[in-house]
Amino acid sequence: MDETIAVELLNVTKCFGEVVAVDNVSLKVRDGEFFALLGPSGCGKTTTLRLMAGFETPTEGEIYIQGELMGLTPPFQRNTNMVFQEYALFPHMNVAENIGFGLEMKKVPKQEIAHRVEETLELVRLPGFGKRRPDQLSGGQQQRVALARALINRPGVLLLDEPLGSLDLKLRKEMQLELQGLQHQVGITFVYVTHDQEEALTMSDRIAVMDQGRVLQVGTPTETYERPASRFVADFIGETNFLEGVVLKRHGNYVVVEVADMAPVLAQSVEEFAPGKRVTAAVRPEKITIQTEERRKENNCCQGTIESVVYIGTDTNYLVRLDSGATMRVREQNVLPSLERGLGEGATAFLSWQPDCSFLLPD
Amino acid sequence: MIPESWCRRVVGNETLSIIERMRRNKNLQIISLLSPSMVWLLAFFLLPLMMVLLASLGRRGPWGGVVYQWNLDNYIRFVDRIYFKIFFRSVRIATVNTFLCLLFGYPLAYFIARRPKRWRHVLLLLVMIPFWTNFLVRTYAWMIILRDTGLINSLLMQTGTISKPLPLLYNQNAVVLGLFYGYLPFMVLPLYASIEKLDFSLVEAAQDLGANSLIAFRRIVLPLTMPGIVAGAIITFIPSLGAYVTPDLLGGAKSMMIGNLLQQQFLEVRDWPFGSAVGFILMATVLLATMLYFRTGGRTL
Repeated sequence: MDETIAVELLNVTKCFGEVVAVDNVSLKVRDGEFFALLGPSGCGKTTTLRLMAGFETPTEGEIYIQGELMGLTPPFQRNTNMVFQEYALFPHMNVAENIGFGLEMKKVPKQEIAHRVEETLELVRLPGFGKRRPDQLSGGQQQRVALARALINRPGVLLLDEPLGSLDLKLRKEMQLELQGLQHQVGITFVYVTHDQEEALTMSDRIAVMDQGRVLQVGTPTETYERPASRFVADFIGETNFLEGVVLKRHGNYVVVEVADMAPVLAQSVEEFAPGKRVTAAVRPEKITIQTEERRKENNCCQGTIESVVYIGTDTNYLVRLDSGATMRVREQNVLPSLERGLGEGATAFLSWQPDCSFLLPD
Repeated sequence: MIPESWCRRVVGNETLSIIERMRRNKNLQIISLLSPSMVWLLAFFLLPLMMVLLASLGRRGPWGGVVYQWNLDNYIRFVDRIYFKIFFRSVRIATVNTFLCLLFGYPLAYFIARRPKRWRHVLLLLVMIPFWTNFLVRTYAWMIILRDTGLINSLLMQTGTISKPLPLLYNQNAVVLGLFYGYLPFMVLPLYASIEKLDFSLVEAAQDLGANSLIAFRRIVLPLTMPGIVAGAIITFIPSLGAYVTPDLLGGAKSMMIGNLLQQQFLEVRDWPFGSAVGFILMATVLLATMLYFRTGGRTL
């Protein structure tokens, strides 16, 4: 597929003194894509974004924005705009002046600015708010103004630094959908920094998972969730049960892993592992079926004692201690109440899951 | 001993102690908290001020005393070329000094505010170190530096750059230099406070939206630090307008300021009524200038 690239990072490294914030990162963000940089705090995602914006210059490597090498190009000459974490609205200007600032800098005639400001305010569903001061707005409204202030310039790439971080949960969910809708509407490439895995999964076309300055995996939400490339990614995005063991042999599409004190585990893997190699087989809690009696043998299975049952409305979370001493987390949708099925605390439970649902991670 | 009746008063059927009454009455609390400072201000500020006002409306007695014969002669006397000259010179010197302090103080305050936190305190301490020595002593030090046989002149003479000493001391430039030196910290501190408070992501936001550094400074940093500029300018301008020690030691006959005129009238000429009038005019000027400044400052905020 011949695709245009909006942002490209080529072996970019950024050091602050001794600290390596971004470590040899190469990325390609496609044009018109909603691209998320996901990782825990301090993983270098914000620095990566600031490198794109031009607030930082790479210690090594090259950054291309819409095919153009950026080098030392200052922020005000880049075809990017940024939405800041705490919005960074100018407190001494009203909403209209804030939003019109970028156009004013481009020396757009006053009348056109006024017209486009009004248009953009409607786009972010704040019509008639032009005369207000930023401190008279709620968090969500400030968020929209910050968005409008960046979008009005019709940048090639919009950079968003945890823009929903300071909103409450309900508003955040609303804004997630709204942002996504807005992105489809304006067709601008979004690079979105977040530490919230659910947010990244909900909104983005592709996700880059970062840790300690490195990009660990780039892929669609489904790819990163279903086929995490490393233990970190598997653990960071969603919950995962890890079973450490040794490769026994290959069995068709699967690899058979010997795990201490339980039946061999079958896991899907494209990669070839030599027998005897230490690996981790992983399975998500919601892929596991929990039963009071033993099931047919073709699935992966194990047994243990239920340690805790937590009811969370849509689902029930079980913590099961296996005979080997390890614990497994199981999540099951509430079709029948767990007690009616005899799955109370202290009960013996049989866990099973399909080999397709578990994946192998190099140790 | 305080009589019982002072402390207790019958309210309805209840007898309340003063403590209990205060606990129940907000106004009483406020009055009791404010009264010490009120008494102080009344006794040592308002009363003397009234005495000066009364003196300024009186006449000089034959032996230097004040004769209270009400008239405005002292104020009318001030409208004279000589006094006007001194007055405008003072305003000019104070303005130039304020401007210089701002010009040099702003970059300095900006620099300090942008350092890492542990450095900021060290640098601020350095700014305040001159306060550890008496201002008079520091002004004498400038005399040693500036005089004909002083540090600068002797150095220039020895290296053969000049053949006779430069007139560095006893002129207006020396006064301005002395004031600039003395009041720079007063400018830097409020400026630092307002710059340090500034959220620098706002500057980044402006740059991101297409403003170069200069425009970002003019449109974002300057208006948002205006309170610091106003505060710094006021607390630099007021004492430099009424400066006495600096022009007295570093200035010559042609750089007399209002402060010197005041001192002269009170101590040398012993014309207290006229001195009082000069004092009042100085105060009115400061008040007017401050109000004007707040007005203009307020508009840009």
